[in-house]
Amino acid sequence: MTIAPPLADGVPDARGPLVEPAHPARPTAGRRPPLALLVAASVAAAAAAIPLVYLVVRAAEAGLPTVFATLSRGRVLEYAANSLALAAATTATALVLGTAVAVVLTRVRVPFARAWLLISALPLAVPSYLAGYGWLVLAPGLNGFVPSWLLLTAVTVPYVTLPVAAALRGASGDLEGVARTLGRGPLRAFLVATWPTIRPAAIAGSLLVALYALSDFGLVAMMRYPTLTWGINAAYSASFDRAQAATLALLLVVLALVVVAGERTARRQVPRAAARAVAPRPVGRGMLVSLLPVVAAAPLLGVAVPLLGLLLRLLDAATLRAIDGPRLLEAVGATVGVAAAAAVLALVLALPIAALAARYRGRLVTAIESVGYLGHALPGIVVGLSLVFFALAVVPALYQSFAVLVFAYAVLFMPKAIGTVRAGLGDVPPRLVSVARTLGLSPLQAWWRVTVPLALPSLGVGALLVAIATMKELPATLLLRPTGVQTLATELWNRTVVFEFGAAAPYAALLVLIAAVPAMVLSGVRSAAKEEL
Amino acid sequence: MRASSLSLPAIATVGLLLSGCAATAPTAPAEFEADGTFTLYSGRDEELVQPLIDQFTAETGIEVEVRYGNTAELGALLLEEGPASPADVFLSQDAGALGALSRAGLFTTLPAEIADAVPAGFTSTDGSWVGVTGRARVVVYDGERLTADELPDTIDGYVTEEWNGRLAVAPTNASFQSFVTALRVLEGEEEAAAWAQALAGNSPQIFEGNTPILTAVNDGAVEAGLINHYYWFRAASEVGVENMRAQLKYLTAGDAGSIVNVTGAGILAGAEGDADALEFVRYLVSEAAQTYFVEQTFEYPLVPGIAAPEGLPSLESLLNPQLDLSDLDDLATTQQLLADAGLI
Repeated sequence: MTIAPPLADGVPDARGPLVEPAHPARPTAGRRPPLALLVAASVAAAAAAIPLVYLVVRAAEAGLPTVFATLSRGRVLEYAANSLALAAATTATALVLGTAVAVVLTRVRVPFARAWLLISALPLAVPSYLAGYGWLVLAPGLNGFVPSWLLLTAVTVPYVTLPVAAALRGASGDLEGVARTLGRGPLRAFLVATWPTIRPAAIAGSLLVALYALSDFGLVAMMRYPTLTWGINAAYSASFDRAQAATLALLLVVLALVVVAGERTARRQVPRAAARAVAPRPVGRGMLVSLLPVVAAAPLLGVAVPLLGLLLRLLDAATLRAIDGPRLLEAVGATVGVAAAAAVLALVLALPIAALAARYRGRLVTAIESVGYLGHALPGIVVGLSLVFFALAVVPALYQSFAVLVFAYAVLFMPKAIGTVRAGLGDVPPRLVSVARTLGLSPLQAWWRVTVPLALPSLGVGALLVAIATMKELPATLLLRPTGVQTLATELWNRTVVFEFGAAAPYAALLVLIAAVPAMVLSGVRSAAKEEL
Repeated sequence: MRASSLSLPAIATVGLLLSGCAATAPTAPAEFEADGTFTLYSGRDEELVQPLIDQFTAETGIEVEVRYGNTAELGALLLEEGPASPADVFLSQDAGALGALSRAGLFTTLPAEIADAVPAGFTSTDGSWVGVTGRARVVVYDGERLTADELPDTIDGYVTEEWNGRLAVAPTNASFQSFVTALRVLEGEEEAAAWAQALAGNSPQIFEGNTPILTAVNDGAVEAGLINHYYWFRAASEVGVENMRAQLKYLTAGDAGSIVNVTGAGILAGAEGDADALEFVRYLVSEAAQTYFVEQTFEYPLVPGIAAPEGLPSLESLLNPQLDLSDLDDLATTQQLLADAGLI
């Protein structure tokens, strides 16, 4: 038992020479990115920056004194503090719960593990406003920070669970065993040996949770917890003042940039150790029962209870209407169509940014990546209006066409693809690419024939996340859709605004069902690929 | 059809590709006047407005291309589109949004026969838009815990010690702000500020809009709240009047708490001289449309001579005389007052 260098105390990523890195640290500081990549990433970042440009233009029209007056008025700073508190709390719980669920489902021999993983992906399919609405049917008195925090956690936790579960399947558990033999407790051993390998996945997922919490309006409105998105909404709906709305949205951008910078500091991508699959450990029945609440919490709070609430409301409806079949199918067609198109476009935009961020460092790279995330921190109405502004100025012929609508979705949701794709590309050993180069492939050929196939699962994950988010999107859809086109989300909105719960129910059910399909695919994607390693 | 004619081919092509949906066939750029079609942006929902539009099309043969959305978003959209807007007519849920578009110079002036169809106080002061229907401010209360007699008859009664923590309001909502504007006009700035301060100090239940307040009262989560009467009738038509736990209380006529918020419509500047658009706005203040709103949406008709929905106090008794609910300067003052009180 001579294990040479002791593990440094408490430093989570002190892997020491215990593991020989599979390949040298990948961010190649000092090396300049190829010009073509830089140009492509800049173009994508420019697309993501459209909302920012729009906001600056609108706020600037009002002038600096008005901007300060808006920021210092009434409860604006309180709203901002609420936004930040909600995002911080939600992110923390989603990180802990998501990691715990992933560990249980991959490291413990759970009956129906595959089914549980599917179930744990389901909250992704439930729009936050629907979750809030369903809960209020059952518990009308719910309001304030705690319900907002818990429900947001429930609907966002899969952003952490799924990538961490995938990373855990690739991570070696041997180290944890070694740490245990050295006398560490289970938690300590996990933190020292396993956490560093899943950390990038967990942190990237947490970023999506944080941005989701910052930009959410539907749930906090239902739960009466006033955040900056309330202020933005009131500026449009009661003040009819776009400059005021833009000012508040810029404040949200600042909060988002802080979050994004925090993620970059916390990320510290480490090389993946040579992966040996760890067989799930059998545990006693009592232990299994005590683990059940951990695994079931999010699907229960985020899916089962809200759907039960919706069902009860449906039973209350005195005026059940016949389902208009063709109209329903048309909405399904439009929803699936825009979601697929948005997934492809968002992936195309996210790819160069992710490729750049996976391999290169520097101020420009940091700026490009940060801008790429902005769309997701802003409420849909802001991004929607910015695209109205942009489309009318640049491509008026395409205004109110599917092209602009899909582009808006891509701007809104490309952040969902950037993180996963970056992690996927970062995991491709540079040596393989070098080998391909020495065999005579050009850099682009090598990238296309070696890097992309190896990172394919992560591209799939990114695309699916975008597709799910697109299906649920409402405000930008209302602004940008071609006149007369309906998605499931707009149809649902059409009916709930007039209390027609009976008529709304089929649309709500179909929306969740259809969004659940990519969510379930998602829960399986990476496992297949990683196990090949 | 100006700008819309540019985008129609693109809409049609992509539309057919993606969903096989019913995007209209591309039309050649048409001249002004009556081409038998126009584009409406409706801030009122499809379930309520589409039957009326179908009725209009059946009577006139004019096709209406409708874009539905909520009033705030469509208002912001129209401001963003400016003169390039494909819209010819805007139908709004509230006067404030109409005032914002009017101030931005986006409306054309309506002919006097239309603008004057609705009495002052319920329509624009300059003919830029016309009021279509009215919605009374009311108190909604939990019928299982309270009776109408137990509720104060004036708005002052709801900010007393007795009401601490029991009243739901939506201070960021346009209709609440209209009421506060009325309070300022009717009672004076100091009285209004004092009322807002008293409310803020009385642990009000803050909501985001009228609908969630009604839902909360109907579910027994809150005892009472300030909303527009219209929402109650919508909910009642879904679940049945007898199943409504929430009940409405109309405040004393003349009290600021009893004002009427108006919905309205205007013709966009780019559609000046568009006979089809004009025909539609004329239709909105016709007996047929006014009666439709009374019967189907339980709103007040704004054209004199048409009876209000059964069971509602008469419009005259609720009258809000010297108000211009679309006056944005007035609105800004109201918002400052609410901000000072810490309500928004």
